[in-house]
Amino acid sequence: MFEDVRDLYSASIVERGRRPQHMRRLEAFDATAKGDNPMCGDRVQVWVRYEADGTIAESGFEARGCEISKAAADLMVEAVQGQSPADTKALFARLREMVQSGECPEHDAALVAMRPLAAVHEYKSRVKCVTLPWHALIGAIEGKGETSSE
Amino acid sequence: MTDALPRFDIASIRDEFPILSQTVRGKPLIYLDSGASAQKPRAVIAAMVATMETQYANIHRGLHWMSERTTDAYEATREAAARLLNARDRSEIVFVRNTTEGINLLANSYGRGVLKAGQAVVISQMEHHSNIVPWQMLRDAHGIELRIAPISDDGELDMAAYERLLEDRKVGLVAITHMSNVLGSYVPAERVIKLAHEYGAKVMLDGSQAIVHRKVDVQALGADFYVFTGHKLYGPTGIGVLWGRRELLDAMPPWMGGGDMISSVSYERSTWAEVPHKFEAGTPAIIEGIGLRAAIEFVEAIGYDRIAAHEAALTEHALAKMSAIEGITIIGRAQDRGGVISFTLDRAHAHDIATLLDRQGIAVRAGHHCAEPLMRRLGLDSTARASFGVYTQISEIDALAETLGKIREFFA
Repeated sequence: MFEDVRDLYSASIVERGRRPQHMRRLEAFDATAKGDNPMCGDRVQVWVRYEADGTIAESGFEARGCEISKAAADLMVEAVQGQSPADTKALFARLREMVQSGECPEHDAALVAMRPLAAVHEYKSRVKCVTLPWHALIGAIEGKGETSSE
Repeated sequence: MTDALPRFDIASIRDEFPILSQTVRGKPLIYLDSGASAQKPRAVIAAMVATMETQYANIHRGLHWMSERTTDAYEATREAAARLLNARDRSEIVFVRNTTEGINLLANSYGRGVLKAGQAVVISQMEHHSNIVPWQMLRDAHGIELRIAPISDDGELDMAAYERLLEDRKVGLVAITHMSNVLGSYVPAERVIKLAHEYGAKVMLDGSQAIVHRKVDVQALGADFYVFTGHKLYGPTGIGVLWGRRELLDAMPPWMGGGDMISSVSYERSTWAEVPHKFEAGTPAIIEGIGLRAAIEFVEAIGYDRIAAHEAALTEHALAKMSAIEGITIIGRAQDRGGVISFTLDRAHAHDIATLLDRQGIAVRAGHHCAEPLMRRLGLDSTARASFGVYTQISEIDALAETLGKIREFFA
């Protein structure tokens, strides 16, 4: 019955959403922020620890939300490891472009790793599920405690 | 019970709603989100179009034919709304944009103008944000205490606890939903009002959901204020009603100032128009107001007895069908309930359920339903919600149940 939603609810997304690999609070962290989608009630908190050179050593999250938002957060943690704050923001900008357009440039390895999320562009009301953890991550990087998808 | 009534002709009722013949993603639309906003019958659409095409002008101020005709049509809605609620007089009908505006008007006018600092307002644990936030704003600005009447796990108002909140006689106003938009529960309005009056408090009922499903007689209930919105009652958006007893409205100061609400204006001072115009500043939603009359007449033509019987049958069928699906939990088990059913499904998140249902053409609501405190009370983040209207069919509920069973397998 749901063949037509397998684009978004691909096996990898469903598996990620169900069993996220990075859903945990960091014991030692340099920054944290919460993300809130007031329209749907989804909430996420992201923790970040930096290397001495300012790149992201590790991040983690806790989320109350749908499969898509948890899968997106889980993929995010992998995508930003070793990235500088500036590169992380640039990657978020490219991710937003991907989830709006559905296009994933083959040469962009970081985006390709998150390609299953591109299908959300067919589901306009769900785009914020993908971007919410990123808002929280960028909020942590910029020293904002609370962020919103709105 | 249904047999005793003239037949509820679902096919011809559905024929009145052009949108129901639309397809969504190649599938027939199954609209189970009437609790958020109902679809519109031809009569409403036609009344609005006819207004714009044949008799439109600003109202209450023009000295020309078009304005007089439009004013008459707009004011006829006031008459229809008074009849709908069995109000004593049409002057007790105040037009507002929606329920939210009606409650804000009450909080700002009755709240600041009549209630005194140190008095309390009671709401319940199952209010929509629109019946929480205006009272919090009043509390913070005006020194009013806000008290919360608890509900049981089944979603019924705890009447003993409610009475205890009234006992010190500090409560000036009880502002409470008539029917929960999440749980479908009705509150026992007559008892709520009777108790409040015994302790000297007035009562406002938020009728956004209730008025769609059952006959409301504000005089029989003994209510002081009643608020509803047009768009859930098969009418247009942008128009709703605050009804209040005349003597209460007379004692209330205006909330918004502007044209239409004044008797005279000078640079030194202004005087107010009579009720209800005192509360209706500025050019209102004229076309929508005229559309609301058509919606009221549509509901009256079917009749609340038949609407209630139809929806009771739908609700009973839906509760039985959905309860039989493994993994489904129905949220709210009130004895007296209407056609609004919230549920969770195993570990599937409500948004994922809604997206998968949508792909089958089935529209439901998912999330916190603008009732976050209630969600916390129930220990939930979100639920999915199916809500019914006059056009809802048994076969649509069967389709919902069948699809939910498959969604469970999908996420298994």
